Amino acid sequence: MRPADANIVDAAIPMMPQDGGGVEHGSVARLARFFDRHPRLRLASFLCGPGAWLIVAYLGSLVLMLLTSLYGLNDFTGKVDRSRTTLENYRQVFSSNGPYLAKIVRTIGIAAAVTVIDIVMALPLAFFIAKVLSHRWRRFGIVAVLMPLWASYIVKGYAWRTLLDPAGGVFRKTFHVSPGFGQTGLIMLLAYLWLPYMVLPIVAGLERLPDSLLAASADLGGRNTRTLRSIVLPLLVPAIAAGSIFTFSLSLGDYIAVGLVGGTTSVIGSVVNSNISTNLPFAAAMAAASIVVVGAYLTGARRLGAFDNL
Amino acid sequence: MTLTTRAKLLLATLSGLVLIVLYGPLLVIAVQSLNSSAAGAWPPTGLTFKWWTKAWGNGGWTDALRYSLLVALVATVVALALGTLASFAVYRFKFFGRNVISFLIVLPIALPGIVTGIALHSAFDRLDISLGFLTIVVGHATFCIVVVYNNVIARLRRSSPNIEEASADLGANPFQTFAHITFPALRTAMLAGAMLAFALSFDEVVVTTFTSGARQTLPRWILDNVFRGKQITVVNVVATAVVLLSIIPVWVVQRLTDGGSAGR
Amino acid sequence: MKSTKRSVAFATVGVLALAACGSSAKSTTAGTTAAGTAGAGTPTFNIPKVPMLDQLGAGEGALDIVVWAGYTEDGTNDPKVDWVKPFEKKTGCVVAAKTAGTSDEMVSLIQSGGYDGLSASGDASLRLIVGGDVAPVNTTLVPSYTNIQDFLKNRPWNSANGQMYGIPHGWGANVLMYNKSVVTTAPDSWSVVFDPASPYKGKITAYDSPIYIADAALYLSKTKPELKITNPYALDQAQFDASVALLKAQKPLIGEYWSDYTKYQQAVTSGSIVLGTSWQVIQNALTAQKPPVGVASVIPKEGATGWSDTWMVASKAKHPNCMYMWMDWIASGPINEQVASYFGEAPASKGACTDADGKTLCADYHADDKAYSDTIHYWTTPTKTCLDGRGDICVPYASWVQAWDAIKG
Repeated sequence: MRPADANIVDAAIPMMPQDGGGVEHGSVARLARFFDRHPRLRLASFLCGPGAWLIVAYLGSLVLMLLTSLYGLNDFTGKVDRSRTTLENYRQVFSSNGPYLAKIVRTIGIAAAVTVIDIVMALPLAFFIAKVLSHRWRRFGIVAVLMPLWASYIVKGYAWRTLLDPAGGVFRKTFHVSPGFGQTGLIMLLAYLWLPYMVLPIVAGLERLPDSLLAASADLGGRNTRTLRSIVLPLLVPAIAAGSIFTFSLSLGDYIAVGLVGGTTSVIGSVVNSNISTNLPFAAAMAAASIVVVGAYLTGARRLGAFDNL
Repeated sequence: MTLTTRAKLLLATLSGLVLIVLYGPLLVIAVQSLNSSAAGAWPPTGLTFKWWTKAWGNGGWTDALRYSLLVALVATVVALALGTLASFAVYRFKFFGRNVISFLIVLPIALPGIVTGIALHSAFDRLDISLGFLTIVVGHATFCIVVVYNNVIARLRRSSPNIEEASADLGANPFQTFAHITFPALRTAMLAGAMLAFALSFDEVVVTTFTSGARQTLPRWILDNVFRGKQITVVNVVATAVVLLSIIPVWVVQRLTDGGSAGR
Repeated sequence: MKSTKRSVAFATVGVLALAACGSSAKSTTAGTTAAGTAGAGTPTFNIPKVPMLDQLGAGEGALDIVVWAGYTEDGTNDPKVDWVKPFEKKTGCVVAAKTAGTSDEMVSLIQSGGYDGLSASGDASLRLIVGGDVAPVNTTLVPSYTNIQDFLKNRPWNSANGQMYGIPHGWGANVLMYNKSVVTTAPDSWSVVFDPASPYKGKITAYDSPIYIADAALYLSKTKPELKITNPYALDQAQFDASVALLKAQKPLIGEYWSDYTKYQQAVTSGSIVLGTSWQVIQNALTAQKPPVGVASVIPKEGATGWSDTWMVASKAKHPNCMYMWMDWIASGPINEQVASYFGEAPASKGACTDADGKTLCADYHADDKAYSDTIHYWTTPTKTCLDGRGDICVPYASWVQAWDAIKG
């Protein structure tokens, strides 16, 4: 069912009481009318659940934690020293001759590479599932994309160790080459882990793309590639943006995969993880850096019109 | 369908390659679960069912699996409700701080898990809530909301508000419009979000460490067994078994929920 | 009206939510300033006053602990491996054990509260002591303590200012392990992992933790006597910088750093790692697997670092009596033997080495070999107050962590 089909609206009308509220639906209808007249309250009720949740359970403590990035550290106890405020932690994170800026840049590079690889791999598969397979087979397609998610992330990480091992791994034994453990291997593993998070949103996006649009383009003489480029891709941008937010963010925060196949690579997550119990203020400053990166990514996506142009 | 046969063939080939990428590592896990080398030597040194027998007698993972499924299910339901509501709020209304919301919702997955974990842990500690089922669900829902939210809002941005206006013009109240117009249009997006949220919760270890009580979730059990234990072999069996077992519920969910677009 | 009420209720929830956050902003901080007094030999720490249990009461019926995986087996992983249920039966304390993956996770969990105790490794114990997160332990309330190997009592990683802060559990050395088919002559010095011209470049591994800096310091204490390093965990800035420089130079030699058994075992089996620091338990697993990998290990002439786990009581423990009962249980000979044998470590109790199995175990892991233990420099959290009593001039652990970030690049 899609709203563009007029018959759905027709079908729905008889079910709607014309007077705006039968006896049994009285209170519901009143509530509905009330919200209709008070859009602000409607907004409040929409936001209340998620808002309270995020504010209380999470953001409150997150903000408190990030605020500690402005404090110093007591060298004797290793605890936060709240008597002293300082920007030293941020200076350290963003210092051009320290190790941290390079790690931030590297992490962004890894997350970007993972995202691009996932878009490239997801597009044909999603297109195939949504537009080539028949309805019955589409279900198989989606199940096939989802199944790998149930094998634990850690186990998949170890399986990739078997693939990548520079001395006796599957790649080495079969193709006589292997990227080994390091940044390349890490990008491969992350792209693998998060691929379904790109495919599914695109499939969902394509399902909403009316076949009639494709047909119209073809009728007008558009070739497949052209239809793809000028009709389908622009309409898919929100779905790709949704997927890319997953792949980018999940790669940005990861540090377990890094430990498994990253060799000697170290990323933002590893730094936060290793410092958090010895130097909370510094770990908080480093976490703030990834918040800035995500903010920039979302803003960039919005500027590019990923969200609102449609 | 307007695609030429050649285009279809090309798509099929590319999709086949991607599926090989998706399933290659799973095949490795399955082979390793039968590999007689405990350290997973490649090529396998021999065939054995020893690890499967050993896993059969191990009660730890079945209990952890049950717990993980329950946690993921409840967390997904919560995330589905909150994520959908949030996406409506952001899509429908113009209000101050609207852009900030999508940013805040993404944070839990973009920050290293340990940050979310410790933030939540200290919140629970301050509010004197003891760690257990409830706290894991809260923790997981926090980072699962984004998955639902992003999928639903992408769909909302693709759908035309005219249709809902038409519904309202024809006398439907907002709830009826939601039930008959909006929800059917969103169903597949919500389903995609829910399934990914479920998977994310089912796999999470770090936030879980800081929000769970003593009862282990499956990923936590797995981590313990590969990290300091000596049971990667059993872990391979468990991963293979879970993938095989997952076919059934995923299939059922798919079947139950996609009746809506059956008329295609 | 119902709807208005509901909206009001929503609004109230929102306000309450915000209020809750506002009030929680006044978080409690028990900041204490510590000042060590300079003096030769042993350092004096200024530790927040935490009361010690002076009398054992009745069990509280529950026990919440943070442990290494494998320390609290209750038969679910293997019905034959169970020392938790008998404890519960005996004391009525129901055990809820939370496993942690790293020392940092353990410290974070204990600091944020809700636990009665933990099995702390040496890179965690002293920070918990100095931070006031754990309580001194009244060893007279733990009968098993008398049977603990004497060389594990009153050591810098489990005591401070002459007071025990825990019950020793088990230990092991960070030995130099090598693949005999590749490294044909047994190395006798750590130089094989530090020398830039090492023939095993790219196939060397090192422990992935800031505490590994001590391994470099130990090596320098013998090869560069002019640095005057006496304790690899008590480094002043110059000694510390030299150790970090050595590790930066070592990085190109490293294939990968390790922190878990499985990864290590796989890498040695495939041949991508042939040499590096290791634990006895990993060596045993490699030689026991089928087909086995021929590995051997030595304690090089410079000595080795090592770890020793200690059961500690959280200062905010809700069930201190159960925690004491647990410490007595786990340190008692037969149980200690069972745990050590399952986990793969040297048991701390002399009573673990008495029966036939115990004798083999203790021989395998050098458990009652004082001379062997003396060659080990056990992990101890580096503090600003130098562990060798030189005063407050040493580099604290937080800086070790940051230096480790820099080493990994």
